[in-house]
Amino acid sequence: MPFCLSAERHFYFQETSRTVPRIVNENELGAKDKFSKIAIAYNSGQIDEDNRKYARGEQHLISIENVKKIYSSIRGKVTAVDDVSIEINEGEIFGVIGYSGAGKSTLIRMLNGLELPTEGTVTVAGRQVSSIRGNELRKARQEISMIFQHFNLLWSRTVRENIAFPLEIAGIPKGQRQKRVAELIKLVGLDGREDAYPSQLSGGQKQRVGIARALANNPKVLLCDEATSALDPQTTDSILDLLVDINKRLGLTIVLITHEMHVIRKICHRVAVMEDGRVVETGPVLEVFKNPQQQITKRFVQQVTEPEETKETIEHLIEQYPQGTVVQLGFVGESAEQPIITNLIRKFDVTVNILQGKISQTQNGSYGTLFIHLDGNGTEVSNAIEFIRAQQVGVEVIKND
Amino acid sequence: MINELFPNVKWDRMWEATGETLYMTGISVLATFILGILLGLLLFLTSKGNIWENGFINKIISAFVNIFRSIPFIILIVLLIPFTKLILDTMIGENAALPALIVGAAPFYARMVEIGLREIDKGVIEAAKSMGAKTSTIIFKVLLPESMPALVSGITVTAIALVGYTAMAGVIGAGGLGNLAYLEGFQRSRGDVTLMATIVILVIVFILQFIGDFITNKLDKR
Repeated sequence: MPFCLSAERHFYFQETSRTVPRIVNENELGAKDKFSKIAIAYNSGQIDEDNRKYARGEQHLISIENVKKIYSSIRGKVTAVDDVSIEINEGEIFGVIGYSGAGKSTLIRMLNGLELPTEGTVTVAGRQVSSIRGNELRKARQEISMIFQHFNLLWSRTVRENIAFPLEIAGIPKGQRQKRVAELIKLVGLDGREDAYPSQLSGGQKQRVGIARALANNPKVLLCDEATSALDPQTTDSILDLLVDINKRLGLTIVLITHEMHVIRKICHRVAVMEDGRVVETGPVLEVFKNPQQQITKRFVQQVTEPEETKETIEHLIEQYPQGTVVQLGFVGESAEQPIITNLIRKFDVTVNILQGKISQTQNGSYGTLFIHLDGNGTEVSNAIEFIRAQQVGVEVIKND
Repeated sequence: MINELFPNVKWDRMWEATGETLYMTGISVLATFILGILLGLLLFLTSKGNIWENGFINKIISAFVNIFRSIPFIILIVLLIPFTKLILDTMIGENAALPALIVGAAPFYARMVEIGLREIDKGVIEAAKSMGAKTSTIIFKVLLPESMPALVSGITVTAIALVGYTAMAGVIGAGGLGNLAYLEGFQRSRGDVTLMATIVILVIVFILQFIGDFITNKLDKR
């Protein structure tokens, strides 16, 4: 049976390759210009030396240098963050993944001064957040906004009033405030829900309010603290799409922490893996997917590339087809888009049976695995495997009789 | 009909006493509300893990609140006689009851305010901080609005307790329905006067409870 990978996608990869409906109407594309105008109006004024340095591109937007956080309690000292150094570029979506207790929550809180490092420095947009206090810190925080796992909306305020809150803090006059709130409500797709109270909203809608509120003062950085962990998978995807949309349209730098590899895969450009307060692995998402180094990273990658049922299915199929070879192919980037199975069948006298496959899209390319069963003459099969290897496709023979 | 059931009740005296009770309750509720919120806020903000964390100040306020909350009201009035004389130059009449009423009720209410503030999600305060809010903004735009239903239901309970306190104050010369029930009713063995004064107090309490519940429900959007 002639199988072609690209044709097969319709069947196997429908779920991941379908285009996601846009959340925001096309006719609002002009919004970015409006924002930047307001941004200029708000930010004109004090530009200090650090800011100028940053503006000349001599500094990363965010640099975390040799940061340590030690909590002292009666039972002794706990090192929550241990000698972490990360640099994040402007316009990037940077993800930090780790299990609970890995220190990622403490790390992200140091970016807006909610936690202060015991050692090391944190610099965001030219301001050394780890050393400023009082009014200067409050000013800095208006440029580094945050969204939360449990949304943290004021239940006593309507959607409109919640979004207006950071504008009240920034001292924006009422007229401008109302205009800006209306823009933000459109941006996050909450039209018609302006006067609802948070208790009347679904989880996804609450997080949209959280995002609108975070964007109100035209921040340079958006911090996401497990922002989708309390949402169901479908809502998670729509919130992630919104974040990507905002990143692209406003050029906003996003730093997020999560324990779900799905989130990293779907929207992040680069990722850092944390374990016991340390960053154990960091790099572009596709690289990490292609070639995970640490055990913990491999486990996270498996979360998205190998669903639980795969193992069972493969075992079952090995029993069903005692002859031949079961091979796992790993596709990365370009190679994922070649009709490799078609070429295989045309060139070699082998029977190819596709067992299971999955392609995952990341922000810098696609990554996929495909399990096939090869049957035929022994040399033909090994030649076929060599051929696949030559196509820069990862090959792993699962069972060879 | 009513005059047959309550032959000894002098209605103009009853109205006058009701007015005195309402006056004492009204002023003391107002003062308790303000003072209690101030004390409650201080208790909350200086407690562990909060904006003005300060163990020393917290312990002092806490001790003050606990002491005045524990003294039986009837004894508190007597203890406060020198203080009342000092600031009001008298110890008879409705105004003379006010210091004792406020000193007795404010610490009680302060604890309720503290409990109400503690129930606010810590994440909401963190969110306000992350937006660059000043402490005053956090107090007036987060803490007070978010705990308002608890503050209102707390002041309702306190107001009802204060109606009871005014009656006790009345017995030792502050006027009002308690005074009337004791002097005209009990001392002169006119049971109908005592009964009527009780009914009026009950009506006041029911109305207070109704108003309190109504406002609490209106405010609570959770």
